[in-house]
Amino acid sequence: MNLHELFLTEKDAIRSGWVQELQRVSGNLAGRVSQADLMKRADEMVGLLVQALKSSADNTVGTVDFTVLDRFFDTFARDRVEQGFSSEETATFVFSLKRPLFDQIQAGSGGDAKAVAQLSWDASELVDRLGLRAVGAFQRMREAVIERQQHELLELSTPVVKLWKDVLALPIIGTLDSNRTQIMMETLLTRIAETEASIAIIDITGVPTVDTLVAQHLIKTVTAIRLMGADCIISGVRPQIAQTIVHLGVDLGEVTTKANLADALSLALKRTGVRVLTAAEAT
Amino acid sequence: MERIPILRMGDLLLVTIQVDLHDQVAMQLQDDLTAQIERIGAKGVVIDISALEMVDSFIGRLIADTSSMARVLDAETVVVGMRPAVAITLVELGVAMPGVRTALNVEKGMAMLIQSRRED
Repeated sequence: MNLHELFLTEKDAIRSGWVQELQRVSGNLAGRVSQADLMKRADEMVGLLVQALKSSADNTVGTVDFTVLDRFFDTFARDRVEQGFSSEETATFVFSLKRPLFDQIQAGSGGDAKAVAQLSWDASELVDRLGLRAVGAFQRMREAVIERQQHELLELSTPVVKLWKDVLALPIIGTLDSNRTQIMMETLLTRIAETEASIAIIDITGVPTVDTLVAQHLIKTVTAIRLMGADCIISGVRPQIAQTIVHLGVDLGEVTTKANLADALSLALKRTGVRVLTAAEAT
Repeated sequence: MERIPILRMGDLLLVTIQVDLHDQVAMQLQDDLTAQIERIGAKGVVIDISALEMVDSFIGRLIADTSSMARVLDAETVVVGMRPAVAITLVELGVAMPGVRTALNVEKGMAMLIQSRRED
């Protein structure tokens, strides 16, 4: 007898044993996942497992093709991640299959010690491999969540605000790396195309340090904006940053720079032909 | 072979690129445009590339070159309506088109040319 045959003949016994075991170990999961859900999952997995075991060419666990189970593990892991389970709890779901499997092996062996040993080894290997897959899927899902959050953070960190008719501003807070510059550039350029604003102000007050790479990124952005037909002013250049730029020998070329956002705005207004008067001047 | 039409508006010329600019078409455009500037004595050229979705370094340089040629023929060139993706591509390719004037749309480009002619 091999594992596949065992699963075929004792499928129902294994499944009910597993569900019992799950109920026993999952006492502390109460509230997060229902019994019915656990049973549905166990049912689905046993079904797929039988399919997978059939694919083995020489009836050993080493050659079993587990790809049919991958989709199951992916959805399973995604739900677990969303429900806030730990990797340990996710792995327990699979590892609790061990006990009912061993029970069935013992019951069906008829006292043949050698067969029991062989089957136990196979079953153990099978459950281990399944466990690894489940944890792997769990990890992938967690990483996907982190990646998505990182992306969202990047988008949140590049707000393009409209300061005046035809004047846009992009305050940058935090360090500028290539990835962020790319998104910043795309967002700003897209907004310029949408609003047809003729001047964009990039405010770098919140950028802690400017090195050659950051300066290069800024120059690229300014060049791209100029190519589109708009003007760009860089504001919020702090004294230390001005010193660094000169010490590094970075040539800012024709980029207009201003010490603060107010100066940049007043220049932008002047260029768009707007004059700001005090009430007294106006009368 | 495909040709890009060159429209005359007074002493300004308007070129609207509506198709994918192949190298051959672009070179033909360069010939046509310089010939046309010379023939009518145009003082300004507006090249509208707002429909252009892709550029390579060759096309980028060709547009820059065309604009320099027009300047030699005493016509100022404004490239208008460049898409964000195109602008980023050109910057990454290192084709910054120095000396080429740019504007956001045809209207602003025309206004720019008229303004600079008035200043002359």
